[in-house]
Amino acid sequence: MECVFGLVGEGFAIVAADTSAVHSILLHKNNEDKIMLLDSHKLVAASGEPGDRVQFTEYVQKNVSLYKFRNGIPLTTAAAANFTRGELATALRKNPYSVNILMAGYDNESGASLYYIDYIATLHKVDKGAFGYGSYFSLSTMDRHYRPDMSVEEAIELVDKCILEIRSRLVVAPPNFVIKIVDKDGARDYAWRQSVQDVTTAAV
Amino acid sequence: MARYDRAITVFSPDGHLFQVEYALEAVRKGNAAVGVRGTDTVVLAVEKKSTPKLQDTRSARKIVSLDNHVALACAGLKADARVLINKARIECQSHRLTLEDPVTVEYITRYIAGLQQKYTQSGGVRPFGLSTLIVGFDPYTRIPSLYQTDPSGTFSAWKANATGRNSNSIREFLEKNYKETSGQETVKLAIRALLEVVESGGKNIEVALMTREEGTLSQLEEAEIDAIVAEIEAEKAAAEAAKKGPSKET
Repeated sequence: MECVFGLVGEGFAIVAADTSAVHSILLHKNNEDKIMLLDSHKLVAASGEPGDRVQFTEYVQKNVSLYKFRNGIPLTTAAAANFTRGELATALRKNPYSVNILMAGYDNESGASLYYIDYIATLHKVDKGAFGYGSYFSLSTMDRHYRPDMSVEEAIELVDKCILEIRSRLVVAPPNFVIKIVDKDGARDYAWRQSVQDVTTAAV
Repeated sequence: MARYDRAITVFSPDGHLFQVEYALEAVRKGNAAVGVRGTDTVVLAVEKKSTPKLQDTRSARKIVSLDNHVALACAGLKADARVLINKARIECQSHRLTLEDPVTVEYITRYIAGLQQKYTQSGGVRPFGLSTLIVGFDPYTRIPSLYQTDPSGTFSAWKANATGRNSNSIREFLEKNYKETSGQETVKLAIRALLEVVESGGKNIEVALMTREEGTLSQLEEAEIDAIVAEIEAEKAAAEAAKKGPSKET
């Protein structure tokens, strides 16, 4: 089951997502990157129907780009989050997207922020959020240890605690995770946490 | 409510499309614009006709980005330009979305030219009154390109070209003085060509360039343009002196 979670620290936001691409009982791949760079200073971690996930997040990404070219300046994180919610809301009672999104971003005026956007177009600005069965474990762990002014190292420690909890307690826990960070220097990969890597064995 | 299906652009008895030709007249009255393609740099330079003192220059940019790697300058009706540029920007993103690849310069030129042609063969509309100069570097191959489109919807690739006011004189100059250049030399060539018809000075020209390395459009500041203009003037003066020098001795 797909796990996505994230939190806001002192001048940065971190999101983590599992990297399994699952179809029924088959694991297609275990290095699927579900966290997309929306623009230089925004991250979108998405979970849900794989087709919808890619289609919808790429659609949002291109529209965010278009805004930048039309207006000469990029969208704020809040504006991008509200645009995303609006698109989900419009499609909801016609042809809904089954995609849950955690949008993290950094704006010079307002610092780091995290937005919780679920598949029925709920929008909340949050300090920490999570989706999926993993949320039962990561949310509880974050509630216990989170502080608003955490440093990157402290936040990563917390993220690792959450991953450990998911790995040990969720029956179909995903083996690998990717962690990405966004701060004043932009959005970028932070680390991967892999317990299983693709194995290629020679034929016997 | 009248139906918008009557064609406005129709053939004359001797095979002209007068609306298109009148649109070209509008282009001829527009600002001079120059484009030069170098080996690793592409440059666009546009004349700035007497900027009103109270106007915020940032809102009246004549050279715009269509995408990270493609830029456009135009001559003619600026309001028509806004519409065309907007459609082109949407197409750039749409191409990225459906083909997972940025546009090539030729693709987006063909698209813009296609739009301009459509408006010469549709009911109830008039042609766009502008010609465009499009520059950029193709994705992956990083080959530099310069294209021109006009109100009729034709387009072609150029090593250097000009459009707008006095474009014939500028093109003549370019034909005489064009050679393969790179980097700053390409910028100088573009500015020198534009200075043939525009009053000298940083505040009368807008210059923007794209290098293969950088990949994105960078506008030159007035001070930078002034510096290059000064260099060009000095080179011109030196050339003049060299010409006069030997003849004085004899």
